[in-house]
Amino acid sequence: MATKGSLDKARAVRAQKTLGKIEALALETLRQVKRADNPALELPIRALSNVAFSEKHRLIELGDKVQSREFFNVSMAKKFMQTFLVAGACKDLLESGKTTSIRDLFYMTKHTIKGYSENTFDDQVESDPIIEDLEVGLDALREELHLFANKKGSMVGPMVIVDTGDEIDLSRMGSGGWSVPSITEDYVIEFKKSEAEFVMLVEKEAVWHRLNEDKFWRKHKCLLLTCGGQATRGARRLIQRLNSELKLPVYVLVDNDPWGLYIYSVVKQGSISLAYESMRMACPKARFLGLRTRDFKEFKLSDEVKIELLKEDITRAKQMLAYPWFAAKQWQEEINDQLEAGFKMEIEALSNKDISFVTDVYIPQKISNKDWLV
Amino acid sequence: MSVAELSPKPQRRATAESMAQKQREISVSEFFTKNRHLLGFDNPAKALLTTVKEAVDNSLDACEEAGILPTLAVEITEVSENRYRVAVEDNGPGIVKEQIPKIFAKLLYGSKFHRLKQARGQQGIGISAAGLYAMLTTGRPILILSKTGKGRAARRVELRIDTRKNQPDVLKDEQVEWDKDHGTRVELELTGTYRGGRTGVDAYLEQSVVANPHLELTYRSPKGEVQEYPRASQELPREAQEIKPHPHGVELGMLLKMMQDSDHMSAKAALVDNFSRVSPALAQSICERAGVKPNKRAPDLLGEEIERLHKALGEVKVLAPPATCVVPIGEELIVAGLKRRFHGGQYFSSTRPPAVYRGNPFVVECGIAYGGDLPLEEPAEVLRFANRVPLQYQPKACAISEAVYELNWRNYGLSQPRGSLPLGPMAIFIHLASVWVPFTSEAKEAVAHYPELLREITLALQECGRRLAQSLRARARLDSEAKRRGLFERYIPELGMSIGKITGRTRADVEKLFLQALPHFVNMKEPPPELPPTEGGPADGAAAAPDLPPTPGPGSVEDKAPKTKKAAKRDGEAKGTATPRGKATKADSAQEEAVKVTPTKSARSKAEAVESARGGRATSKAKVKKGGRDSKAGRSKKGEQLKLIE
Repeated sequence: MATKGSLDKARAVRAQKTLGKIEALALETLRQVKRADNPALELPIRALSNVAFSEKHRLIELGDKVQSREFFNVSMAKKFMQTFLVAGACKDLLESGKTTSIRDLFYMTKHTIKGYSENTFDDQVESDPIIEDLEVGLDALREELHLFANKKGSMVGPMVIVDTGDEIDLSRMGSGGWSVPSITEDYVIEFKKSEAEFVMLVEKEAVWHRLNEDKFWRKHKCLLLTCGGQATRGARRLIQRLNSELKLPVYVLVDNDPWGLYIYSVVKQGSISLAYESMRMACPKARFLGLRTRDFKEFKLSDEVKIELLKEDITRAKQMLAYPWFAAKQWQEEINDQLEAGFKMEIEALSNKDISFVTDVYIPQKISNKDWLV
Repeated sequence: MSVAELSPKPQRRATAESMAQKQREISVSEFFTKNRHLLGFDNPAKALLTTVKEAVDNSLDACEEAGILPTLAVEITEVSENRYRVAVEDNGPGIVKEQIPKIFAKLLYGSKFHRLKQARGQQGIGISAAGLYAMLTTGRPILILSKTGKGRAARRVELRIDTRKNQPDVLKDEQVEWDKDHGTRVELELTGTYRGGRTGVDAYLEQSVVANPHLELTYRSPKGEVQEYPRASQELPREAQEIKPHPHGVELGMLLKMMQDSDHMSAKAALVDNFSRVSPALAQSICERAGVKPNKRAPDLLGEEIERLHKALGEVKVLAPPATCVVPIGEELIVAGLKRRFHGGQYFSSTRPPAVYRGNPFVVECGIAYGGDLPLEEPAEVLRFANRVPLQYQPKACAISEAVYELNWRNYGLSQPRGSLPLGPMAIFIHLASVWVPFTSEAKEAVAHYPELLREITLALQECGRRLAQSLRARARLDSEAKRRGLFERYIPELGMSIGKITGRTRADVEKLFLQALPHFVNMKEPPPELPPTEGGPADGAAAAPDLPPTPGPGSVEDKAPKTKKAAKRDGEAKGTATPRGKATKADSAQEEAVKVTPTKSARSKAEAVESARGGRATSKAKVKKGGRDSKAGRSKKGEQLKLIE
């Protein structure tokens, strides 16, 4: 078992390594300026055009297309400046051994440029992609830059973990559950004792709350997890570790709409903008439990739970049909089923039959019938 | 019975004798009273303008002819409703006592009608017509005050015109004291309407000031406001030389009269004597072509012989008339003039080389004022001039406006709705200088559509347009360069801070590195607040007619001194570079004395033909290139000219 001291030491070593990378980046820029070259940062492109679905690894992987972010270029100068602004702030964090949220970093780096009315950043929407750029550019993960996203997500289950030295029994977390931190690497979270047999990720907090109150996890020996929407990086990393280290199967329960399906997809094979982290985060064997369009008939749900597909739902669904990672027959069928049916459903629709229908009937029946998609 | 017999026989109403009793001479003055619209007195507003105009034109012509830099004062006072008193005072040579009544009170009396020489007034009808109009509408006589020199007495004369006899009627003639050395003051009282706008007196004076940079003017408007325009140039326009008629422009009647008046001369000698550009050898061949004996006495020539001579004169190849009789304003002075009226903009000008229509030499000049205080989205203001006189009426009927409308200004980066003037903060100045300006009517309001004129106007506009476009592009480039530079300079301190922090260097060190690299990526040239007009280089075929070195006024040499140095340097540069238009430049100097009648032979015309044929199709890139060449050639040309001055 790692002691707090050894954890700190490992952390300091990693910080030193990242600091070296940041400094190398800055020194290279200075060398370019001295030669009167246009200083340029080589950044892998994080867009659909530069990701590929690897059939072998069943992951979304980043391609090798690189964009050159030049300073003496009107359209890139500001981003170039912002990149070093963020790098400088990360250096401060690394040296002081502190970590901070990306929201906090936005405020750390936001200021009005002296003598002008322009701000370095106007919105966090501007600084977040810069952080991601820096991550790929430096080949350093967010946590290695001492940054984290706002934590989001709760977990309960028959398991004991060590979180930065504190032992936590996840079966004794009351009604709120353990909140999943942004960084769930093994030097932060250590799995100790586990009786869990699978991981259950649900999209909706309300459904997680129902399952927790019904003590579903106790009965079925599972780790119950929610992120209230898209799974955070911390949660995804944690799920991947549970899957690969503890060999726990992962089930995902989401709304019956294109957005729900995409949440599953990200857990399964990674996202486009964070394709460089797919290897660490994706869980290619994650099982899609539902809700599926055909569940409407199978579970004899009433017409009241149907919600008509909106225009943007249809657009999104069609977009997803074209993604290589949805090219497999079952996914094409699944998406087309929905488009043909013309309606969507929330997981809560199951409560229309009975408040604990999801706990008592839906999930157990699906799992025992192996009624899932991969 | 035939039908004709049925109709009554028409009754004789008068006999030749009875009709003869009613036939009598019509005096010109009488004719005018009935046809005053022909001379620009059709309505009260126009009458006021025409009166001022005639008086000012006369004053300017007189000053220039005498070699005096004109200083004019124009005063218009409202005497009562719709009744104005116009006074125009100049510092001209004055008028000798005996001539005063004739000049001001006899129509068709003057010095300008009988000669071929460029002048503002032409027929000698103007000022007396104004006097006549004044008299007819208010009954008040014309008042003239004139002094011919220091120490001499000034005369104050009151005149009336006897419209039946076309004779002046002197009411009063007295000696008075006048503190002026020399000059003339005319005062008239007339019924009129004072109004502003394009056709007003104010516009006329403002434009005159543009076309006459050497004019100093004080103007007191009926509203009591006083406008002062100090002289913008100390250089008096070169004196226009009088020329004899050119064989290509002569009319049959005129030829008849010439021959009759040539006593004791052979036909051949009479041709040589009466025409410009006719050598004895040429006269010989004209006679041969016409089948006329060269040694036959001129007055003895038969009508049909003269007709044949007239035909031969029109056909024979003759050198163009000497261009010395045409005095353009010149490119530099056009800019100086434009600056008096339009402030803070960019100015472009181009003076075409002399050309000829119907044996009359002429020069077209164009100037453009762009930006500054001109209104942004309005159609361009068009200022038309003939022999430096503003043309304010009938723009639609004028060849000058037509050329402006017809030109595709979109080629020069301006917007131009279909069939409209270009839009933008722009004023277009066009001057036609000629011995004989072909007006569409005696009111001298619009220039007739001669193809030769239209062509030259178009070429002048194109030259200016090219320079404007070049400058607009350069400016846009510099503007965006300045913006780029500003952007980088804004972010460099930020980089100084963060990179400094990361690498452990001082902020200043890092900033310095970036600032040193900056010039490699941006043009550091600041956009000037106003591009100098010489930027594009003066037009080829430079300012003054190539045949005469300009005779600068006493002040002008000093004025030009700093420029001359620069020009000398440019000249050197031009010599070093073999300009692609070297050939054309040579052709220019070969023109020393005259313009070729068949201009297609000169290299320049070829270039022009290409340019006009290209029209709008040329890509902007090609135009930039062309512009560059133009300016090079223009520069070397300018060098030559300044050498002439030295």
